[in-house]
Amino acid sequence: MTGARSQTIFYTVAALIALIGLADATYLTVTHLTGEDVVCGSGDCSAVLGSVYATVAGIPTAAFGAVAYFAVFSSALLAAFGYTRARIFLTLVVVVMFGVTLWLLYVQAFILHAFCPFCLLSAALTFFLAGIIIATPFTTP
Amino acid sequence: MKRYLPFVIIAAVAVLAAGAGAMLYRVKERAITGGGVTRPSTNETGAEPLHVRGQPGAPVTLEEFGDFQCPSCATEAEVISKLEQDYGPRLRVVWRNFPLAMHAHALEAALAAEAAGLQGHFWEMHDLLYKNQAVWSTASDVRPFFNMYARSLRLDVERFAKDSTSDEVKARVVSDGERGVSRGVKNTPTLFINDREVRTAFSPERLHQAIEAALAEATPKAFGADRGPPSAKVQPGGERK
Repeated sequence: MTGARSQTIFYTVAALIALIGLADATYLTVTHLTGEDVVCGSGDCSAVLGSVYATVAGIPTAAFGAVAYFAVFSSALLAAFGYTRARIFLTLVVVVMFGVTLWLLYVQAFILHAFCPFCLLSAALTFFLAGIIIATPFTTP
Repeated sequence: MKRYLPFVIIAAVAVLAAGAGAMLYRVKERAITGGGVTRPSTNETGAEPLHVRGQPGAPVTLEEFGDFQCPSCATEAEVISKLEQDYGPRLRVVWRNFPLAMHAHALEAALAAEAAGLQGHFWEMHDLLYKNQAVWSTASDVRPFFNMYARSLRLDVERFAKDSTSDEVKARVVSDGERGVSRGVKNTPTLFINDREVRTAFSPERLHQAIEAALAEATPKAFGADRGPPSAKVQPGGERK
């Protein structure tokens, strides 16, 4: 498999992962805006999504996630189509997301002492995206 | 055409995501019309706000009279939290303050929770007080602990401290206490499921049974209509140690 082909595959996978993250973050944003409690089987969603960390300047944290995932989707798709600049943008967004995800995991584990499966899914997706970015050969096709 | 394809896909995804979000918002908003999920509702006996968690139209209402320094209430809080997850929109939880005189800091804790409630963070403070009960309940002065919790919730701590001693907050706690006394509450936690007092060893299994029974009673009725027959004691009991 050529480098260009493997790049296309990696970026397409990244775009698909971002779509899952976009759905997750959109759901959490809508739930936050309607004021509904998110009840989840094995987690403690209310404690996390009802905490002060669930909003930033009055905007749901999940909304930032939705925007970030959309940015990842767009840039990964453009990268898959050979737009070199999109790769740089994609890398920057994923690096920021990775840092924010680490912070949010810390908040859940050590401040709130509660975990929300929807947030953990988002964290897993971000780690996966980071892995893809690292694994993708950064060469011009 | 291939040049424009990614932009077409991106635009399509943007429209789809926005559309799906808007649709979901409308569906959810319609589902909770008639009151917010965590918005305070009105007390039957007056205008005192309640602390409610769950759907307004839930067929089962679990009303707890609790004391933040009562160890069994802390255990009960975890059980209720699990029940909320298990029953989802079929269960709503109502909290009432019932600080017992036997607990030195129970009243201060109730006031702190209500003061946090004035800034919209009652349930967060409720959860923090129970999670850290072992820490603050043995202290001689609990104010620094409560202020610290208020700070962690990003509350206006100065206002929180002032509200904690305000007449408004005291009136809330007194109102809940009076309501409890009028309903025969003596110990904590005392639970009412659809207005039926459930005084027993509060095992999750027992509560599951009581909720299932309430659900079975509520099923023939309209969703969220009558909440069952008037108070009837099920079993005697008191605070668990």
